[in-house]
Amino acid sequence: MNRRKFSGKFFTLLFTTTFVGKLLHRRASADTKGYDPSKHYYGMGIQIDKCIGCGRCVEACKEENGVPKEPFFFRTWVERYIIKRNGEVNVRSIDGRISGRDREIEETEILRSFFVPKLCNQCDNPPCVQVCPVGATFKTEDGVILVDEDRCIGCRYCIQACPYGARYLHPEKQTADKCTFCYHRITKGLLPACVEVCPTQARIFGDSKSPASPLTRFKRMNKIHVLKPSLNTDPKVLYSELDGEVR
Amino acid sequence: MNNPITEKLYELLKQVGGYIYPNEIEIHWSILVVVYPYITGLVAGAFILASLVKVFNIQEVQSVYRLSLLTALSFLLVAPLPLLLHLGHPDRSFEIFLNPNFSSAMAMFGFVYAWYLMVVLLLEIWFTYRRDIILWAKNERFPMRLIHRTLALFSTDVSEKAVRFDKKVVKGITIIGIPSAFLLHGYVGFIFGSIKANPWWSSVLMPIVFLFSAIVSGIALVILLYMIITPFRKEPIDMKCLDKMASYLFYAVIVDFSLELLDFIHRLYQSEESIKILSELVMSKLFVSLGIIQVLLGMLLPLGVMIAIKLFRFDDELRKLLYFVSVILIQLGIFATRWNVVIGGQMFSKSFRGLTAYKMELTGFEGLFMSLFLLVLPLIILAIMIKILPPWEPEKNVEYLTD
Repeated sequence: MNRRKFSGKFFTLLFTTTFVGKLLHRRASADTKGYDPSKHYYGMGIQIDKCIGCGRCVEACKEENGVPKEPFFFRTWVERYIIKRNGEVNVRSIDGRISGRDREIEETEILRSFFVPKLCNQCDNPPCVQVCPVGATFKTEDGVILVDEDRCIGCRYCIQACPYGARYLHPEKQTADKCTFCYHRITKGLLPACVEVCPTQARIFGDSKSPASPLTRFKRMNKIHVLKPSLNTDPKVLYSELDGEVR
Repeated sequence: MNNPITEKLYELLKQVGGYIYPNEIEIHWSILVVVYPYITGLVAGAFILASLVKVFNIQEVQSVYRLSLLTALSFLLVAPLPLLLHLGHPDRSFEIFLNPNFSSAMAMFGFVYAWYLMVVLLLEIWFTYRRDIILWAKNERFPMRLIHRTLALFSTDVSEKAVRFDKKVVKGITIIGIPSAFLLHGYVGFIFGSIKANPWWSSVLMPIVFLFSAIVSGIALVILLYMIITPFRKEPIDMKCLDKMASYLFYAVIVDFSLELLDFIHRLYQSEESIKILSELVMSKLFVSLGIIQVLLGMLLPLGVMIAIKLFRFDDELRKLLYFVSVILIQLGIFATRWNVVIGGQMFSKSFRGLTAYKMELTGFEGLFMSLFLLVLPLIILAIMIKILPPWEPEKNVEYLTD
């Protein structure tokens, strides 16, 4: 092979690989093509009275996001509250797998009872982002708090700083993990997995920048409360019919 | 998945009382994070003792000045290790230096640490020892000669002018050093005190309480070391020095105790949302480590002993014994203080409805043996440093220090 032939082949190869690479890259990002984060600001509404505690949201979340199956790692979970006539409050989390029904509480003892789905509150004033020493936890332009698992050093300061217990340390990755509102789905126009599977539409996902969003309607039609408002975290997960016993 | 972490958590599940958020079963900051503030506390305390000697020129305590500095350095060298070992990704720890998030209290660690090590401690020790190292090197053979010459950075000037300059620099560094030592440990307190999500930690008093408990533990450690090392050197214990140090210790314990009492009363009186679960925590899980070890054995008993020493004229031998027992109890108490802050703060749920448990491992990176090793390591480093930089010989050093 002479020099001219070699350089000819070399440049052809170079161009083809670059072109194919570009094409592949474009295909990979085609789904979120045209997605402009500055045009969105996400939030979730939860209608407590609609939740039946089936735990499908928990299961769907674990499936969708590769959350470890053991009952110590949750991006979302559902709490069951039973307030007894004597004022005693009984709380437990329904994890959809290991917990059975509580048989100890007699029906006649129960004053009121309800389920509360919980997840990362995607705070607008997030304490986790404030404390992360390396900026691995950050807020996106469209308002979602994410963890860069390639940068997280596993110091767990964010887990300590979260007032809602929404974070855990992934036992295999050894990095902090939490709900992302299924960011990989919502940027493609899909709903978060938990919202998608909820049979009673207790969870409402939407864009607060869009006047036609279900979230906007939720906010218009309900009296709204957030968890631990005194901490000034400014949650973007909003609850309707929230009981004062819920923390 | 047969992960040892999850296996451990299944066991812990049985010890959970009341309701906790499901992600809260794991205690994330383990005994290593208890060791970290304990060690930095010792650093800050030992340094503050040294600074008191220098700034106020207190004659009685001159003989432990250098020992305090070396103690501070040897513990400071070990201080980052528990943090490093505790990280999920120690391989990425350098990110704290390269990519710090300036709103994070923890990100400041690198800067505070580097400042304290490089600007304060190393410089102060170097200028304090420079003349002596040069003189030692003159009468020595290989390898000590080489070690000392290298440590002196091959400077040879021992003229009066140079020595006067050294002294001036030491004084200057000490003046910067005191606020730096305050910063080093106050900042550790801030890491906890600034977490609004955790009512056990979230307190403006936290950095100050940390600071004074640091001073207590640092002075107690230097007393302990002095009392152990001196008989080994076949020297008599200087009772004036010991009494003076114990006197400082006494005042520091009183301030520390008052601050902690204030914190306690304030919490009780304010009686916020968390008071029920915190009372439960103190009365059950922390009863031994807080009620018995921290308060009774670590604070009230030594305080009583020291008051008795001040009131009655005990003879030297009895005083020595009482001091010795007191400083050991104080060390135990301060370690328990750190334990109660770090572990205690994670034992209750942020739902304020339940308590979880901490089961310490024996082996492994986050286990008891590693913690003990990290607590012994500074003593080994100190022993080596004392060999290379004897803090008491030759006698004329003391002359040079006090003049």
